[in-house]
Amino acid sequence: MSVNFGSHRLVVGAHYGMRDWLSQRVTAVIMALFTVLVLAQLIFSKGPIGYELWAGIFSPQWMKSLTFLVILSLLYHVWVGMRNIFQDYVKPYGVRFVMHVFAIAWLVACTGGAIEALWRL
Amino acid sequence: MSETTASTAKKRPEFYNIDGASLISYRWPIASIASGMHRVSGAILFFLMPFIIWMFDNSISSEISFLKFKAAFNEGMLGLPGFIWKLVVLGIIWASLHHFIAGLRHLWMDTHHEHVTKDFGRQTAATVIVLTLALTVVLGAKLFGLY
Repeated sequence: MSVNFGSHRLVVGAHYGMRDWLSQRVTAVIMALFTVLVLAQLIFSKGPIGYELWAGIFSPQWMKSLTFLVILSLLYHVWVGMRNIFQDYVKPYGVRFVMHVFAIAWLVACTGGAIEALWRL
Repeated sequence: MSETTASTAKKRPEFYNIDGASLISYRWPIASIASGMHRVSGAILFFLMPFIIWMFDNSISSEISFLKFKAAFNEGMLGLPGFIWKLVVLGIIWASLHHFIAGLRHLWMDTHHEHVTKDFGRQTAATVIVLTLALTVVLGAKLFGLY
């Protein structure tokens, strides 16, 4: 295998060390707790779930801030996950580079859309 | 001593990262299946993200958009009947549940190394798959109005 570390490291290569691995776990915990919080409010509600109840969950300022944090966590979590998938299955570095760029563009656009929807509430 | 180390070092097998082709040639014990499904479910959610955001946006923005959101699953949307969109949501439900439950399994394994054995891996992988399917059936029945 050709040398791909040190000064020869790949642009689309691994980010060695704990950072991405740990970030993925920390963001996962944030999203999991948020999911439980939202689901609990739905499960312990009475009657059919209408607009008032559903939008009411996200309307308090603290919940908006928390949802904002979750959207950013999602962005980073999915980036690490998709990067892992591309690194395992897409070997030609040029193709992998294009896919990394696509994933970033896709995720940034989605994040913008989600924040816009949240802020409009 | 140093000679033995040198000769054994020569015979050591080399392991490379997996690639697409090894997906076919590898054995697939149940823990691998759960792991593969974790990736697939994550990728599904990645590609369906615009639709998920569309649902989030329309369901919270206003009473009118909330009705539009509901109508997509009853009257249909973009020329596709409502049940097709319900099937997409069923896919999102399965992917979310699998990713969530398999993720909890990983977090548990990361923080409790003393519990990690071959049997533990097999049993929890089976639990993840079965529990996910069971919950998907329950929520899917609700989604399609069976109760």
